[in-house]
Amino acid sequence: MAVVRDDVMPVRSSDDIVRVRQEVRARAIEIGLSLVDQTKIVTAASELARNTLDYGGGGTARLEIVHEGMRRGLRLTFEDEGPGIPDIALALKDGWTSGKGLGLGLSGARRLSNEFTLDSRPGEGTRVTIVRWS
Amino acid sequence: MDRIPILKMGDALLITIQVDMHDRLALALEEDLTAKIAATRAKGVLIDISSLEIVDSFIGRMLDNIAAVSRMLDADTVVVGMRPAVAITLVELGLSLTGVKTALNVERGMLLIQKRLRGLGDFSGRRS
Repeated sequence: MAVVRDDVMPVRSSDDIVRVRQEVRARAIEIGLSLVDQTKIVTAASELARNTLDYGGGGTARLEIVHEGMRRGLRLTFEDEGPGIPDIALALKDGWTSGKGLGLGLSGARRLSNEFTLDSRPGEGTRVTIVRWS
Repeated sequence: MDRIPILKMGDALLITIQVDMHDRLALALEEDLTAKIAATRAKGVLIDISSLEIVDSFIGRMLDNIAAVSRMLDADTVVVGMRPAVAITLVELGLSLTGVKTALNVERGMLLIQKRLRGLGDFSGRRS
């Protein structure tokens, strides 16, 4: 898999989430995603960026355009150094939340993506990577 | 601080969400709206989201909250103008906004509210 474009953005405020959404939209258009697929990846990015801010205490969003054979994809990585997720299986369940959210962020983002990876260590932080292919 | 304008249209209030909502703006909207419902005795609230390119769980929860609070103040909420791509994405996200009525556009939303008002009129008429 070749990375043809790579940007890292801060996720430290509510305004940063808006900026991440706008950049993800621009990249999704760039790789030729359909309108529905654009909407899905931007929504997933919004959920994950909010998690990074609300539960991870802030962090970064990495936006990469990747090529694999004939297909192009948008890979997004959200990383924080927050408290981490003690029970990943539980965190991926619909409706489960440690905070005051709806508990749809992680499970919803997973459904809206083609690939989903979650790494988290209690006390060290959380990294979520999603990919949407064109 | 920014505020989202709330317009009065007959018995209903119309809110058009055009900007990317963030927490403070959403909270301010809930407060402004409840005050306005009480002040105008509006029976319906139309929320036009046709400008929104996405609705995530944060906005979804805000819409649900507004509908719940309005209901307690005896006003019906109708969300209008949702884009098709947003509807597809919301369902896949797992958010079907069950507590909120929807209509394709402002005109149809207004009809829904008027229908409810007429319906209530008949109902109370029959009972009395």
